Amino acid sequence: MEKTIITVVGKDRVGIIAAVCTFLAENKVNILDISQTITGGFFNMMMITDITGSDKDFGEICDGLDKVGEELGMQIKMQKEDIFDAMHRL
Amino acid sequence: MINIYEVSETNQMIMRDNLDVRTITLGISLLDCIDPDLDRLNEKIYSKITETAKDLVPVGERIERELGIPIVNKRISVTPIALIGAAACRNPKDFVSIAKTLDRAAEKVGVNFLGGYSALVSKGMTPADEMLIESIPEALKVTEKVCSSVNLGSTRTGLNMDAIYLMGKIIKKTAEETADRDSLGCAKLVVFCNAPDDNPFMAGAFHGVTEADKIINVGVSGPGVVKAALEKIRDENFEVLCETVKKTAFKVTRVGQLVARKASEMLGIPFGIVDLSLAPTPAVGDSVADILCEMGLEKAGAPGTTAALALLNDQVKKGGVMASSYVGGLSGAFIPVSEDQGMIDAAECGALTLEKLEAMTCVCSVGLDMIAVPGDTKASTISGIIADEAAIGMVNQKTTAVRIIPVCGKTVGDTVEFGGLLGHAPVMPVNTYDCSRFVSRGGRIPAPIHSFKN
Repeated sequence: MEKTIITVVGKDRVGIIAAVCTFLAENKVNILDISQTITGGFFNMMMITDITGSDKDFGEICDGLDKVGEELGMQIKMQKEDIFDAMHRL
Repeated sequence: MINIYEVSETNQMIMRDNLDVRTITLGISLLDCIDPDLDRLNEKIYSKITETAKDLVPVGERIERELGIPIVNKRISVTPIALIGAAACRNPKDFVSIAKTLDRAAEKVGVNFLGGYSALVSKGMTPADEMLIESIPEALKVTEKVCSSVNLGSTRTGLNMDAIYLMGKIIKKTAEETADRDSLGCAKLVVFCNAPDDNPFMAGAFHGVTEADKIINVGVSGPGVVKAALEKIRDENFEVLCETVKKTAFKVTRVGQLVARKASEMLGIPFGIVDLSLAPTPAVGDSVADILCEMGLEKAGAPGTTAALALLNDQVKKGGVMASSYVGGLSGAFIPVSEDQGMIDAAECGALTLEKLEAMTCVCSVGLDMIAVPGDTKASTISGIIADEAAIGMVNQKTTAVRIIPVCGKTVGDTVEFGGLLGHAPVMPVNTYDCSRFVSRGGRIPAPIHSFKN
């Protein structure tokens, strides 16, 4: 399993989760967990995903998410889980 | 499983507090390139570097992308060139030809600096060491990416005062040779006492002869992260202050360790060390001086600064050591003047003087770093400053260094612009009383009594 963390940050609006999930489904990225908060009108979502089944490589999925982010006016970032594990888990 | 708060803490450190990995430095041994024929030597050096480091920059960029953290510099360090060129070089010009080869190789693989145009002369100089040192001004004039360093003393050997005297003149000459660029050559030249073999930071990186054929060393950064953490515990006592620095340093270093491991795997080159240094940049919010101010000082340089820096340096190490399997290099807080906006401000308003900086170097990771002084500062005065700094390193069994820039045509009150990560600096006043009779006596200062531990 190749776990990645996707974070979506920006001003709240209709259809953010739908747009991101559609893109992930089209690219065969499996969503393992979603958590989301809204503070002061700002949308903050984190997804734990598995990109093992995708036909695209890590960089291509990042580029695709950048485009989705641009269309939504949100900042979307995908990172490998390792950096969070390293920093927050012994 | 990782939660949203942990993810946003990490990403805030990266996006808001300038957390980055300062450098992945690939150390390459050039010992197997040694050849009595200068042309063949240059060819061998070029091909070894370009072959070994061909994937360094792409791998660095890939890790950057995968982890979402900037890796600011990808660099190379090589075996001290005085050793590599000794069999082939008959004069300083021959050494300059090696500097040009190193520059070409660095350009080819896309690194921003290459360190190791160096001589290790803590006890004495060979003819090759002397030729290399003589060639430094020209070498730094005709190259862009080559960095030079000279180790002039150590706790075990004492101080080589002949070399210290010579380096005062070489620094002046380097400033003159690069006068058209605000004496920029001196920003790429550092002298050491107790230089480490595995330092990934420039200008002092070289690949020591105690090292393997090739090795990956990583330097972390993160003054902005420490400052942001301290903002949340303002006015708490020293115990809370120290614990906070320690925990933050731990987190920052874990990222460095991860990057080092990944780079090592992807390049198929063994992992050497993580250097725990807090390395500032001229960017606002990426300043070691700002951490000192956050601790409660009005400006860096105010009474209490040395204590605050000692505390910071020690807690960074305590937090970092557990986060990495191998720690090395310089590891501590850097206090360069031109590369740290808070230090620049303190020097400009007069809170920070050269003498206070010297005191601070007793407890920081290195020494007098990126300090601009008047262009008419005498070579012997520079030698005196180096001798003072080296003595601090020798007696305290720590690395000390001097990277000082006597800026041609400028004096106190002027500002020097180096650009990029090297930043800008006010020209600082120097004590002008003479020390030439002292530094020109010749010979060595013996090793201190506490170095005899056998």
